[in-house]
Amino acid sequence: MYSPQLAEHIAHPRNVGEINNPSGIGDVTNEVCLDRIKLTVLVEGDLLIDAKVKASGCPPTIAAASVLTELIIGRSVEQVRSVTRTDVANALGHLPPAKAHCTALAIDALRAAVESLTHKL
Amino acid sequence: MKVYLDNSATTAMAAEVIEAMLPYFSDEMGNAQSVHSFGQRAKAAVEKARREVAALINAAPLEIVFVSGGTEADNLAIRGIAEAHRDHGRHIITTKIEHPAVLATCEALEASGYRVTYLPVSRTGIVSADDVRQAIGDETILISVMLANNETGTIQPIEEISALVNQARSRGLKHLHLHTDAVQAVGKVAVDVDRLGVDLLSLSGHKIHGPKGIGALYVRKGTRLAKLLYGGHHERDRRAGTENVPGIAGLGRAAELARTQLDERINRMRALRDYLEQQLLSRFNGVRINGDIQQRVPNVSNLSFAGIDGESLLIALDLKGIAVSTGSACASGSLEPSHVLQAIGLSRDEVRGSLRFSLGAYTTREEIDYAISVLVDTVSRLRDMIPTDEPDEAKAALQ
Repeated sequence: MYSPQLAEHIAHPRNVGEINNPSGIGDVTNEVCLDRIKLTVLVEGDLLIDAKVKASGCPPTIAAASVLTELIIGRSVEQVRSVTRTDVANALGHLPPAKAHCTALAIDALRAAVESLTHKL
Repeated sequence: MKVYLDNSATTAMAAEVIEAMLPYFSDEMGNAQSVHSFGQRAKAAVEKARREVAALINAAPLEIVFVSGGTEADNLAIRGIAEAHRDHGRHIITTKIEHPAVLATCEALEASGYRVTYLPVSRTGIVSADDVRQAIGDETILISVMLANNETGTIQPIEEISALVNQARSRGLKHLHLHTDAVQAVGKVAVDVDRLGVDLLSLSGHKIHGPKGIGALYVRKGTRLAKLLYGGHHERDRRAGTENVPGIAGLGRAAELARTQLDERINRMRALRDYLEQQLLSRFNGVRINGDIQQRVPNVSNLSFAGIDGESLLIALDLKGIAVSTGSACASGSLEPSHVLQAIGLSRDEVRGSLRFSLGAYTTREEIDYAISVLVDTVSRLRDMIPTDEPDEAKAALQ
């Protein structure tokens, strides 16, 4: 049902936690299923140098949150802005169609974190 | 280590069962209806199995009808009674926590003009005999209540209900019948059709370390039942179709093992199940037992872990070789939680965090110890991931 890549993120979620004094926070909840992702990022200059995530909910939500951090750490803010649901889905291998919405929550968290960043800068 | 704790879904076949089936796939391939000696040996195997299944539930061999499994048994019982007695009434009583094989059959009958009452259950998952009594009317022809629930293991008061059925019959409701789906109860508790007072009882092979694709319906002698399948006159004209001789032989052997080892299996599974629960409850806050702690089969533990999604826990356990099941299911962003856990009044979070552990006759203490150690790590890890409104440092300072 779930890909080996997704299962691997469930077994070993990456970058779990919260950054103290982060540059940006994206804390989003899917109001239907109440899955939640809280992403904190640290930016120096134009570079996103660290990201930490916390997540609760179904397996693809946790895996999407985890893989998202791998997709953004070490990238420029401009590059991070262009990360899409498809990038998250591809990084997780196959996702059952009914679970595709979980990648949207990860991207919502990222957009919110970047948005809060823009406001600060 | 591989630990299979999903025995309510299906079980591994016992070695003795496989051995009992093997001849009937090859050398003893006869059709049990054939007159020649191949056929007669197959027929002898079928009749031996029938005696064993009957002995397991204290029935007469002629009251056992072999079918393809629990679902067919439930369909045959419900549709068979509904059609045969339609001129005497079209009302059926069942509960909200039945298996889909019963619920979907009842819904199909509703579409063809029958009226069905779906009774609620208590917070511990037990239907009230008084509710059953109040639901019985002049048009009622069938009451179908499961013996043990497949998700929580809760045992229903079938003896009390059969007493009500007898009272109603003595008042003139001659066409009222009582069916119980005992698929999850057989092999886990002593099942006696006379003590239960049922007219029909469904059981399945693969839930009792027998093969898949075979089951039986107990039909009390003298019960008028319409058939589902038209064809030959197999199974005393109750169920057409060439007998699944290997499956029947396997079910017979599984029934024999379930009967002769019943007490030993019950004691063993209960001790391990209780140990699992005690260990988890003592190590975690926010764990609750769903269903009735006393009135349940000895091999099932349905627990809710607060704050965690059951499917995430299931996947994490699966990666460590542990198989369980969950009442939580999310599809397309809408939760479709277990109808059973909803019926017993669990909150959305409790349903979401539910896991069912179901032990088998061959589950070991070593396997349970491994499952406990993995659960301790996994539940802690998933709970540590839950987002909070405060930064971790501030949260830590508060504790």
